Amino acid sequence: MGAKILEENRFFVDADTLSPEALARKHRLENDSSCRTDPTQYLPGMEVLQSDVRERVLSQVASYDPARYTASDVRAALERRTCTVEDLKALLSPAAEPLLEKMACRAKAETEKHFGNTVYLFTPLYLSNYCENYCVYCGFNCYNRIRRGKLTAEQTEREMQVIASSGMEEILLLTGESRSQSDLTYIGEACKLARKYFRTVGLEVYPVNTDEYRYLHECGADFVTVFQETYDLCAYEKLHLLGHKRVFPYRFDAQERALRGGMRGVAFSALLGLADFRKDALATALHAYYLQRKYPQAEISLSCPRLRPILNNETIRPMDVGEKQLCQILCAYRLFLPFAGITVSSRESARFRDGIVRIAATKVSAGVSTGIGDHESKYAGESAENRTGDEQFEIDDARSLNRMYRDLSDGGLQPVLNDSLYV
Amino acid sequence: MQDTWTLGGRTFTSRFILGSGKYSLKLIEAAVRDAGAEMITLAVRRTNTKESENILDYIPKNVTLLPNTSGARTAEEAVRIARLARELGCGDFVKVEIMRDSKYLLPDNAETVKATSTLADEGFVVLPYMYPDLYAARDLVKAGAAAVMPLASPIGSNRGLAAKDFLQILLDEIELPIIVDAGIGRPSQACEAMEMGASAVMVNTALATAGDLPLMANAFRQAVEAGRNAYRSGLGRVLTRGASASDPLTGFLRD
Repeated sequence: MGAKILEENRFFVDADTLSPEALARKHRLENDSSCRTDPTQYLPGMEVLQSDVRERVLSQVASYDPARYTASDVRAALERRTCTVEDLKALLSPAAEPLLEKMACRAKAETEKHFGNTVYLFTPLYLSNYCENYCVYCGFNCYNRIRRGKLTAEQTEREMQVIASSGMEEILLLTGESRSQSDLTYIGEACKLARKYFRTVGLEVYPVNTDEYRYLHECGADFVTVFQETYDLCAYEKLHLLGHKRVFPYRFDAQERALRGGMRGVAFSALLGLADFRKDALATALHAYYLQRKYPQAEISLSCPRLRPILNNETIRPMDVGEKQLCQILCAYRLFLPFAGITVSSRESARFRDGIVRIAATKVSAGVSTGIGDHESKYAGESAENRTGDEQFEIDDARSLNRMYRDLSDGGLQPVLNDSLYV
Repeated sequence: MQDTWTLGGRTFTSRFILGSGKYSLKLIEAAVRDAGAEMITLAVRRTNTKESENILDYIPKNVTLLPNTSGARTAEEAVRIARLARELGCGDFVKVEIMRDSKYLLPDNAETVKATSTLADEGFVVLPYMYPDLYAARDLVKAGAAAVMPLASPIGSNRGLAAKDFLQILLDEIELPIIVDAGIGRPSQACEAMEMGASAVMVNTALATAGDLPLMANAFRQAVEAGRNAYRSGLGRVLTRGASASDPLTGFLRD
């Protein structure tokens, strides 16, 4: 499946600035799997966790055949009081597509029972776009020719002031995955700064060890997001050709290490469109499910990004994951994990986000920039000429916090800017 | 004679308390004006620093604020949140809520007893949210709670008084006011809790998600009053315990 998608989405782009040697190495990585490292082998310094969660998730996914489920399986799933793993598999299958409206009604009822009409708002802040990985679909990948940059402490604080002055109270700090350009202390210091301006600080940075998560928690972060991208190891290996991200199991166990390090909550996601989205959605939900069972106090949330065009490659698309499929996945998530947060990012259109917050999503971003250091110009309505580094992907919904707040309120929803205390 | 009840030195006539969770200006208006709420819960974790959004500004001054410690996972965290609430100017009332499970949000009774003890010693009027367990309720009384707040059914379940038999045990055995919290999904369930002898009920989602907020708020007011009146009239207990037959069963006995 992964190979088929690769053919359909032409990911490989050669920057004209690469030296012949670099280009040759890039092509070898892309075309000759024997040049690539074993994605299941940990690199030096990576903590190995004794955990059964990965095995439990992957064995369920391996035996999942979406074509096996029928409309009556889906109807039965919709009638059961609590959704089982088998029900989840039926809800994610093609047989559920004609029953999408029914699913949405049930999902809406569950969302209202657990969240009422509240929708949480947050904004991401990209600190750095340096990256040592070659993930073929990502704008930050080390072979992509983009303007690289990272914020200094002063710039970080300035961006935070600009964002905080818009009224935002929750921030998600992101970096590209480069331990040398954005080391742990750099991220920790950013967390400390963020605590001055925001009530809730989340992190979406390269996976680290338990003691490092503990350090970041002590610096002020309470939530950790790590996207597995795809749970299909075969596709994963073909998409993540170089760098520490290539180590599949280390990434998989990141949320568990984060919880052991004292984080309050963790978020999960597959990047939909990379491989078989039904299997990836199943894996994402089960990853969250088994971890919450093991760590009952953990707050869990799910994201659902679809592939987007990147700088130098406008052709990247989410393939067979249309809005209907995305809606089906989110309804299935809601029914299987009624208590889980569901975040829908600005990758999706305003129309889709306005619709999905009435059904299943509980959190949306606003006032988003995925570039480095352009909040000030963006919020002031100027062009992003002064930005320090280019964007990770193109966003779709560019609404500001105020606009989003108003749109949600006008739609009868209650925007919530903060739902957490750092204790 | 007016039917009032007292908590932490304050006297209330209303027995409808608005829970936190889902908040909006319209909800607070409906709760105060149409349901007659005199006490409103406030999730400290949700209080905003943004001026226009500060929920404290929405709440009328004659309404008692009941800050809660939601988000706390241990007694220690609950105590810190309660102190923070007091510093924020929310007064001395505090609803202790401690959960170590993100799925069911069930209260942890053991940690709750610990936090109640500490906070009562610090002069708080402590209202602990608890799982209806008789021993824990007694421990809460000993720890200095001002009332106990047992859940009626799991949060978000809309299953009404699923814990009815255990609530009745607390109502029969605990001398403090009992506020039935969590799980009341409709006015009839609020009425039933009041008939059983609860001092008050706490409601949020059932009202927050209603189509017509003022109408539903009014329905809750009437239901709570009806249940209370039934309890006061003596019917509530008689019905639960079984009435005595008009012809005594033992009337045939001679001598």
